[in-house]
Amino acid sequence: MASSAHTSPNHPYIPSTDSERAEMLGAIGVDSLDALLEDIPAQHRHPKLNLAAGLSEQELSTVFGSIAAENASPSSGYISFLGAGSYSHYIPSTVRSILQRGEFVTAYTPYQPEAAQGTLQVGFEFQTIVCQLTEMEVANAGMYDGPTAFAEACLMAARVTKRTKIGVLSSTDKRLSDTLLAYSKYQGIEIVEVAADATDIPDDLACIGIQSPNFFGEIEDVQRLTKLAHDNGALSVVHVNPTALGMFKAPGEFDVDIVTAEGQPLGVPMAFGGPYVGLFACKKAHIRQMPGRIIGRTTDTKGRTGYALTLQTREQHIRRERATSNICTSTQLIGLMVTVYAATLGKQGMKDLASLCYQKAHYAAAEINKLDGYSVKSSGTFFHEFVVTCPSAPPKINEALLKKKIIGGLDISDRSESGMLVCVTETSSKADIDRFVKALSEIGVSA
Amino acid sequence: MDRSVTGRKAFTLPASDVPTQNLPDSSLLRDDVELPEVSQLEVIRYFSVLSQLNFSIDTNFYPLGSCTMKYNPKINDELSNLPGLANIHPLQPDVTVQGAIRLLKNLQDDLGEITGLSGVSLAPLAGAQGEYAGLLIARAYHDARSDSARTVAIVPDSAHGTNPASAAMAGLEVVTVRSDDQGNVDVENLRELANSNTAVFMLTIPSTLGLFEPNILEITKIVHDAGGLVYADGANLNALLGVVKLGDLGVDICHSNLHKTFSTPHGGGGPGSGPVMVTNELAKFLPKPVAVKTDVGYVLATPEMSVGSINGFHGSFSIAARAYAYIKALGQEGLRSVSENAIISANYIQAKLRDKYDLAADRYCMHETVLSAARQKKRGVAGLDIAKRLLDFGIHAPTMYFPMIVDEALMVEPTESESKETLDHFIAVMRQIDDEVDSAPELLHDAPHDLPVTRLDEATAARKPVLRWSAEV
Repeated sequence: MASSAHTSPNHPYIPSTDSERAEMLGAIGVDSLDALLEDIPAQHRHPKLNLAAGLSEQELSTVFGSIAAENASPSSGYISFLGAGSYSHYIPSTVRSILQRGEFVTAYTPYQPEAAQGTLQVGFEFQTIVCQLTEMEVANAGMYDGPTAFAEACLMAARVTKRTKIGVLSSTDKRLSDTLLAYSKYQGIEIVEVAADATDIPDDLACIGIQSPNFFGEIEDVQRLTKLAHDNGALSVVHVNPTALGMFKAPGEFDVDIVTAEGQPLGVPMAFGGPYVGLFACKKAHIRQMPGRIIGRTTDTKGRTGYALTLQTREQHIRRERATSNICTSTQLIGLMVTVYAATLGKQGMKDLASLCYQKAHYAAAEINKLDGYSVKSSGTFFHEFVVTCPSAPPKINEALLKKKIIGGLDISDRSESGMLVCVTETSSKADIDRFVKALSEIGVSA
Repeated sequence: MDRSVTGRKAFTLPASDVPTQNLPDSSLLRDDVELPEVSQLEVIRYFSVLSQLNFSIDTNFYPLGSCTMKYNPKINDELSNLPGLANIHPLQPDVTVQGAIRLLKNLQDDLGEITGLSGVSLAPLAGAQGEYAGLLIARAYHDARSDSARTVAIVPDSAHGTNPASAAMAGLEVVTVRSDDQGNVDVENLRELANSNTAVFMLTIPSTLGLFEPNILEITKIVHDAGGLVYADGANLNALLGVVKLGDLGVDICHSNLHKTFSTPHGGGGPGSGPVMVTNELAKFLPKPVAVKTDVGYVLATPEMSVGSINGFHGSFSIAARAYAYIKALGQEGLRSVSENAIISANYIQAKLRDKYDLAADRYCMHETVLSAARQKKRGVAGLDIAKRLLDFGIHAPTMYFPMIVDEALMVEPTESESKETLDHFIAVMRQIDDEVDSAPELLHDAPHDLPVTRLDEATAARKPVLRWSAEV
């Protein structure tokens, strides 16, 4: 009997041997694999696959070692002052350790709750932590990332208010509004900009989308803007930095309707942009319009506490084209990292962390502001990012910094003349900051 | 967490090494953050014990149809966590992340080669986002040709729920095409529906019934003749590696779930990654960014008529890194072997159970088989009861009640990762359960018996939602 001619047996990931395959084909009642593939047009079957031959684990490690070595990171001696939606924070050993648990890592979405109480209880804890940080009533089990959470929140506001015009504050990160644009493009939604100091808004807005700290690192007057929204029948959607919530008043204190955040700062590696997790919380009154998975506590037939996915009639697998979102696979494992992180830092740790980030950023800003030609533009209260107006084009300065193994702030000259958005967190030591300040001083107008 | 004790801590931050800065106005500041106060051991023990309440691929056979619960190689987790990959910022200048962009470019090329669709963007963060991106591309294509009256997505009645949900997000009206009695698309029905309003036909290949569509070439021709595009949902790509290329069949757009076919962990429900692949002609519409090799090195570029940003940065990079490691480890022959073994295993299970369970379609399947518990239902036991009973044997339940066109559906996908002994054990258990339908039906009605919880009261959970812990409750 012919076995399947193409297979190369005994790859570590594939257990079946030639004789087992032959035995299985025999049980199926065919003499070759091709007999199972007759529905596939013959002329297109078994195309040439122009890929390299497989590698051993050792060879694979070598390949990845050289890929990783081509990137500049702290482990290759670089320091960085980039933020703008992804932040460098120390990740505690507890997070890394729990992330090794294959029982979490290799489980599926908890459709069978009896076999997924671990994942479900973590999700319930995650929702709790999001509610505690934001002081909101309810939260879901996570969105893809911060920008998609923000976009979905604005669309949710449109459903709740039955209005089609979404206001976004002018100080918001373009990554948030661009994602909103891509999400709302074909839904008859119009996006309008609302000036950060607006005292009046159109009376047909679904919401004001606010980022605080905003793109430039400054704390917005969420209380005033929320009242402005409510006075005009709109909702208030606030996108926060979760680290800042260790220090600044939570949006829940200001009657905000929907809160979103990029969860990455809470124990998730920057990893060149993902995967991250979007935090999403809202008022209880709006829960049936909330997108994403929601986990609820209940009891089993013996009266014991258990957890299950709930309010699923909002979701695509039941509601199909009338669902609140198309989201299916989301970011449960990243939610686990956030949950372990928040439990590890705890009440005191989150406060201490926010304070440390604040102190270091303000120290860096003050030192840079002393330099000839540089000035810190951010006024009022900023958290760990601030805008520096540079004496020459920011890309030129960054190029010169790079030669000193410093990755400078983000060039935002498209939004602020000669502007560089500098971010400082607890991972920058005073020595790192001083090195950066000294380098800026040396480069100055010469760049 | 209800085990907080005031003053306990699991972590200490370093003292500040900078001169003290003035704090902002106290009216902006928060008094307290209500978070747990626990020791480090308590954190570790709490989460470790919780993990033990889960079924997972590492610990259980998990034949969950359409989810491709294959082995997730450990080396991939390890490599994606290398500091040079984990600790790089998404906005670093391209020159400082040449390795990362090269990895993305190579993965794009490999996925293009595997699917026969050479335009690739790795931006989508999950399958549903890949679908949505694909539909945005279809709309942009028609718009660019001033053919914007095309506002209908034709979707088979067997489609996954994300298909119509994504179509609705893309502002498309969903029209359903019937399946025939063999589980194929009803070609005559499709011919009636495809017209000058058709933007796109969304087809899952192989179908959610685990079947390859034998009329695929006719189907793509009907859609193209009507001026529409063909979108293939690649959720089931695990059946097709080196077996057939979607691009060769007339597919214009597809997505692939890296967390299925390319072995990246499901994580209990994400993170995923859902790259979108398109023909050369459509590549200019891809979501940004796309990794490109230029004379001065690798860069992240925005395609000329891009549909824009569908998320914050460049997609799930560390998931892409895992998928790339998987493709490199298997190579050309290994990937082919993956699909061939997945197909043999599914057909083996089908052959060994067909005398006890009805089949959704009586023909050879691809990488998964859809059984029906209709016969058992007549004897008083539902598909749900069978699924729950499997849990007692340490086997995860198949996908239940999907696709919706099959009565009492149990969708079984063994994947290539499982040994013949495991398949034989599953077959024996399924046969034993069929016996129990008559001999001990209460065992099924009350299953599972030996898990951390029995069946949960989901009705009360939805009616009176308790969605967070609080000290009072």
